Amino acid sequence: MSTSMPSEPGEQQENAPAVKKFMYVNRRAPYGTIYALESLEVVLITAAFEQDVSLVFIDDGIYQIKKGQDTGGIGMKNFSPTFRALEGYDVEKLYVEKESLQARGLSEDDLIVPVQVLSREELREFMDQQEVILTF
Amino acid sequence: MTIEVNGKTLETDEEGYLTNLNEWTPEVGTKMASDEGCELTNNHWEVINFLREYYDEYQIAPAVRVLTKAIGKKLGADKGNSKYLYELFPYGPAKQACKYAGLPKPTGCV
Repeated sequence: MSTSMPSEPGEQQENAPAVKKFMYVNRRAPYGTIYALESLEVVLITAAFEQDVSLVFIDDGIYQIKKGQDTGGIGMKNFSPTFRALEGYDVEKLYVEKESLQARGLSEDDLIVPVQVLSREELREFMDQQEVILTF
Repeated sequence: MTIEVNGKTLETDEEGYLTNLNEWTPEVGTKMASDEGCELTNNHWEVINFLREYYDEYQIAPAVRVLTKAIGKKLGADKGNSKYLYELFPYGPAKQACKYAGLPKPTGCV
């Protein structure tokens, strides 16, 4: 399946499409606003373009990937299982901020997907290496 | 839009995707396909059933690239390729098969 865009006249043809480092930063609780679901949709859509994608969960964003979500009471679809589909989309770099995790009394075992836990300082350095950062 | 199956009228969106996923039965898939001039074989059903299982597990319909890879893993390389899937579903394997499976249009379908 080709996802390449038609090139502008005079634009230099490259052999391989450019790969950029995209980071999606999720800071909000999964329900109550549309941010978390929209972020996930954008990730799924851009995954087709074979970019270097990483997801970061900070603050209440961590609750997006918490195990055992039950949305029956609020009449919303529980979309947390979709995070487990990311592997199939070749999105495998998921990071959680250690301080946010600890502040909520959670550990990696409480999360539905395997993640790498980074300290705030490590995350800051990691962010510096990105070319595109999108915050939701 | 609506679709009539076994005397029951079911609601669909403007592209023919079922509005209420719970109303799906295999007969709905068969009817949708025959309305588009497509007769479903066992090979079609393999893909449709796979999509329903995928949706059940992950709550989304997979993009075509992901579907192709996953079908290859489950049903073998001779079926996990675009040529095979486009022959079964000429309007796009993810788009068309998801419709017959009663699922929403796939996210990130390009």
